[in-house]
Formats: sequence, structure tokens, C-alpha cells
Amino acid sequence: MPINEPLIDPLVWLILLPLAWATLAFVLGPGRGAWLAIGGLVAQCWLAFNLAQKVGALGTAQVGPDQLVGTALHAVGGWGAPLGIDLAVDGLSAAMLLLTQTVALPLAIYARSYFKADDPAGTWFWPLTGFLIAGLNALFVSADLFNLYVTLELVGLAAVGLVAAGGGAQQVAAALRYLFATLVGSGAYLLGVALIYGVYGTVSIATLLPLVTDDAPRLVWIAGGLMVAGLMLKTALFPFHFWLPPAHGGAPAPVSALLSALVVKASFYLILRLWLGPLQPLLPAFAWLMAALGAAAIFWGSWQAIRAVKLKRLIAYSTVAQLGYLFLIFPLLAAPGALQAGVMQVFAHGLAKAGMFAAAGVLIKATGQDTVAGLAGAVERLPVTMFAFALSGMTLMGLPPSSGFLAKWQIIEAALAQGHWIIAVVVLAGGLLAAVYVFRVLRQAFLLKPASVALAPVPRTLEWSAFALAAASVLLGLRGVELMQLLGAGT
Amino acid sequence: MTTGFVFALAGAALFALGVAGVVLIGHLLRRILAFNLMGSGACLVLVGLAQRHDVADPVPQAMVLTGIVVAVAATALALALVRKLHALTGQLELLDDADK
Repeated sequence: MPINEPLIDPLVWLILLPLAWATLAFVLGPGRGAWLAIGGLVAQCWLAFNLAQKVGALGTAQVGPDQLVGTALHAVGGWGAPLGIDLAVDGLSAAMLLLTQTVALPLAIYARSYFKADDPAGTWFWPLTGFLIAGLNALFVSADLFNLYVTLELVGLAAVGLVAAGGGAQQVAAALRYLFATLVGSGAYLLGVALIYGVYGTVSIATLLPLVTDDAPRLVWIAGGLMVAGLMLKTALFPFHFWLPPAHGGAPAPVSALLSALVVKASFYLILRLWLGPLQPLLPAFAWLMAALGAAAIFWGSWQAIRAVKLKRLIAYSTVAQLGYLFLIFPLLAAPGALQAGVMQVFAHGLAKAGMFAAAGVLIKATGQDTVAGLAGAVERLPVTMFAFALSGMTLMGLPPSSGFLAKWQIIEAALAQGHWIIAVVVLAGGLLAAVYVFRVLRQAFLLKPASVALAPVPRTLEWSAFALAAASVLLGLRGVELMQLLGAGT
Repeated sequence: MTTGFVFALAGAALFALGVAGVVLIGHLLRRILAFNLMGSGACLVLVGLAQRHDVADPVPQAMVLTGIVVAVAATALALALVRKLHALTGQLELLDDADK
């Protein structure tokens, strides 16, 4: 594929812009830093849309990741792979970039109103979020396994910092637990990369693609196992989910939203990338194991969400459950439609969970407590927020016309087409369980409450940015075709 | 068996020891040390396995340099968090997740 100039620019700027505003926000402080971040994110949204359009227009003609050479380092030193770094973008990466920017922008607007001026968490939020987004964007365009490791660590360290930003003992403990989990995960991934380099002498995804075959040496199998296991730990797939509920449930609401919507998806994206790319001949041996763990995650996560006392714990366990759906697609990937279903679920859950955590943040601010029981009467006083919560819940349950419905429908369709009805049963049961925990919250919110109990006033921006995310998760269901077409490009 | 291969085997053993340490040990400083052992093991495999035919290869060495930077950053973050936890609670171990 020819390297064309207009494609290179947005790619590089999607990594440089967040790095720039993160550093500036650190210097300027949270007040001006927040505006800078929002401005930067608006530009990034535009760049990501632009990139997605261009990649979509390239269509399905190309095979494999296209080698686009272009970082600032390259332009100066002119070093290509293996010593320099190649960036590549195809339909899958363009879609993930789009999701990252579109979730981050409303959350940034939300976070600016969420953190009070003297809140220490607000001071660290802007720089760390910038580094997190730079890491995510770099991860989605990396074209070699080692660069993916470095970006994975960038994302992990920034996310741990965000969890600890609140500074409470609970939050620091949750951050440490998360840190050890994420370090073991990326350590296993790095060892896998080392073994692959030892065998093939390259880490470039495109070069590895034809080299790895069915009769690969045992070392490569071990490498594949290590990499996928490490990434499963980072994606919090059952039974590796132990670190997620305290980390996502304990952090400030905008941080929980970023982590649940985007960060866990980064390691899932990487599993998908390996599965569809260089490790394709090996990994399908694990397909049913992953689907079984995914099903276990759906049941265990939903069950814990149904039992949770605290509101944010409930939402965090719901993330554990929703991540399970992503792993149901692996036995189905041989047939068309399964990849689209998986990415649709990534979008649906990303937007819905960001909206739900944002709504929960509003409710906690207004009621002053993080419990489901404390929500009585919320519908009357905070109708917009509860509507946002209900819309997000609709997507998680998979009611039409939401994007969650589209994702689950496609998984069921692909499963039935290949005769794996058991997966369809799991999806349907998961939807019912989601309905139980969503309605648990809604029922409580609809209860009448004595007017004597006052709710604290909440800024309008908070309510409406939560609503925007939730509404987007439902409306995406109507624009699913465009997303599917984008995925067709280059994957 | 070449020296490079011996290094790789030693690296694998170190990695296993490190993982066991991070998972099994309670004391946070020791866990951080164990993580560093793990990282060093992976780096040793990276360099050792690549030059198991006794021909030096610069690419994995460049990667290991990057890996060391990442490990230093991760260690610094972990130490800062442990100090904060110690200042807040006086403890150097992670207790069970209190509010489920």
C-alpha cells in the first residue's frame, strides 16, 4: 500500500497532542489544564474521525496491517524498523481510536465540573489522563510486539496513577493491587515477546504473519500462552478479575469511567490483534477455554453485581460481566460477523459504562453516599441522570435499538450459524441477569422519599455529559453499519 | 549449549521466581523486589535467547534498555504508593479488600 501523506499526520498527532496537553496541564495546574485538555480532545476527535473516514475509504482492498512509517523520531532520524518504530492503522485500530476519543471528550467535560478546585484528585487527573490517552492511541497504532509492550505499560502505569489520585488509603491499596496485577500481566507478555524474538528474530507483526505456522516450535506455543494469559489478567477476565472491582469501584467517577470504558479494552484489543495476526495458527486451540471463562465471567460478575451494596461496586462487577461477552466471540471467529460483534460490544460497553459511571458520580455527589439504598427518590430530583443510567442499562441488557442489542444479536446469530447454541444461551441468560441488577437500581430510584431529606445541588454539565454518553450508546445501534464497514478495512 | 542459551535458561528461572514472589509474598517491598527479579528474568531471556548461537544482536539489547526504563518507572510508582499507604495506615501489607 502506498504511503500517502494525509494518513500519516493524524496518526502522529493523535499520540503527540495528548502528550503535549498532559505535560502542559501538569505545569499550568488543573484550572487552565482542563480547558487545554478539552481543546486537545476536540482536535483529537476530529483527527480520529478523519482517519476513520480515510481508512474506511481504502476499503477492503488491502491485506494485513499497512506499513505506514511516521513518527516524529522517524522524520528526524529516518530510522525504520527494526531499530526505529513503525506505526500502522487498519479498520480495527481506526475504530478503537475513534472510540477512545469519543468517550474521552465527554468525560473530560464531565471531569472539569466534577473535581472541585481544591480536590487533589483533580490536580493529577489531567496530566495522567493525557498520558493514558497517549498510551492508548499509541497502542492502537503500534505495529510491532515490543512497541505494544511499551504502550501497554504506559497505559497501565497511568491507570494505576489515576486510581491512586484520590489519595485515600482504600484507593492507594486498590492501586497497588492493580499495579501488581498489571505488572505481572505485562511481564508475562514481555517474556512471550522475548521467546518469539528468540525463535524468529523479529517482533514486527507483519513480518511474523507468514513465519508462524501450525508446526511452530514448542517455544512459540509457550510464548503465545504466556502473552494471552498476561493479557487476560490485564483485561480482568474471570478468574483474573480480583483487582478490578476495588480499583474501578473506589476511584473517582470520571476515572472509573475511563478505566472501565477504555483501559480494559486495550488489552482485549491486543489479544484480538494477536489472534487475527501472527498467532493465528496457534491460538484457536484455546478458543473454547476463553469462551468458557467469558461465560463464567458473565455469570459471576452479574451475580456479584446483583448482590452489591455499593452503587459503584455494582457497576464495576457489571464490567466484569460485560467483558465476558468479548471472549465469547473467540470460538466463532472463523465465520464472518463474529469480529464485528466483538467490536460492537467493545463500543456498546465503552459508551454505556462511561455513561453509567458518570451518572453514578452525579448520584453520589447529590445523595452524599455510595449505596444503592441511598438512591430512593432520585428519579424525582435528578430525572436526567436517572434517564442516563436507564439508557446505559438498556445497552448493557441488550434491548433494541441500542448498540448492546446489535452486539448480542450478532453474537447469537454467529453462534447459531455455526451450531454453537450454548453461546446463544449464555448471551440470553447474561442479558436477563443484567436486567436484574439494572432494575435493582431503577426500582430503588423510583421509590418515594420524604422531602425532608435534601439532595445536594449538582452542576448541569455533569448530568448532561453523562446523558450524552448514555444516549450515544443507544443511538450507535442505529449507525452500526458504518462501524461494520470500517472494520472491513484491512482486517 | 552456548552461554547465550544458559543465560536464557537462567532468565526463565528468575522470571518464575519473580512471579512466585509477587503472587505469594505479603510484604510490599519484597513484592516490588520480586517484580524487579521478574523483569530482569524476561530481559535475560530476550538477550540470551537471541544470541544463543554466540552472535551478538543489537536489537534485543536496545529493547532491554527500554525495558529497564519501564521497570524503573514502575518501581518508582510502586515505591511511592507503598510509602503513601504506609503513611496513611502504618502497614506494609495489603489487607483483604474491605468493602465488597
